[in-house]
Amino acid sequence: MESVGVVIVSHSPKVAEGAADMVRQMVGEEVPLAWTGGNPSGGLGTDVGEIMSAIDRAWSDAGVVVLVDLGGAETNSEMAIEMLPDDRRNKVLICNAPVVEGAVVAATEAAGGSSVDTVRQTAEEYSAR
Amino acid sequence: MNLGVDLRAELVKAVAATIDRHADELTTLDQAIGDGDHGINMKRGFDAVLADVANLSAKPWPDFLKGVGTMLVMKVGGASGPLYGTLFMALGKNLPAEPGRDDLIRAFRGAIAAVQARGKSERGQKTMLDVLIPVAEALERGTSEIGALALAAHAAADATIPVKAVRGRASFLGERSMGHMDPGARSSALMIEAIGKVLEKA
Repeated sequence: MESVGVVIVSHSPKVAEGAADMVRQMVGEEVPLAWTGGNPSGGLGTDVGEIMSAIDRAWSDAGVVVLVDLGGAETNSEMAIEMLPDDRRNKVLICNAPVVEGAVVAATEAAGGSSVDTVRQTAEEYSAR
Repeated sequence: MNLGVDLRAELVKAVAATIDRHADELTTLDQAIGDGDHGINMKRGFDAVLADVANLSAKPWPDFLKGVGTMLVMKVGGASGPLYGTLFMALGKNLPAEPGRDDLIRAFRGAIAAVQARGKSERGQKTMLDVLIPVAEALERGTSEIGALALAAHAAADATIPVKAVRGRASFLGERSMGHMDPGARSSALMIEAIGKVLEKA
């Protein structure tokens, strides 16, 4: 089975892209990875449609974890997940972890072939240390 | 001519106009305790709804409200998008095609519960719920005069001023959030007043 995908959602496209760069350099190419940032007008914020599209780009039948920064990013990601097709919705989990550290740890765990629940748990435990 | 179509179009125009008129004020409120984009975000959302008004208002009430909600979710860009989007989507889900007053109150209660679940919030936490819930209660008590409902909504928004925020970005400020009106409470009160004025004439 392919590894769990990782999606990075920040209010800032630069933060999201930078975090994704770090994941690629530290973990490599084997984990499906996508990022999104910015509101529908290109300012700071998040965009439900773009989050749905990022989940699609990082899609894995093993599931996808989503790393978010502040409030609206989480609310918009929850909304995006609810709007996914029925067969995908339950395979996408938001991690309660810092974006950069969480994304790197999640991708590392995902690269080892862990389940989506384990990937989330590892990212959240790391951040709780 | 379907009266419902005209009424729906008028509601969209009235809400979009009040958001447009108060966009700077909402942004200023949000700059004090949030991330300073509430007016801009709400305006982007309702401008998009307004641009699609002919298409949206041609749909029956449930689909119209779901359409408005979906548009807000996709266009607003901040947390208020899913929150207001959920409010309208849930209203649409809970309303029959030809709603009466009791249907409206019941659907409004259901929509408020959906917003609470979406924001993981409850009354008294300096959010839009602090306006929506008192308005639902006033409706349940039989208040139908729009002046009284608008007054209740604005008084409820004013009552968020001394409250310490525990949800949303404002909660990062802790005690420093006290002394400022919640922007979401303000936008809710403005929308309720605008909707009420249109329904009163209908």
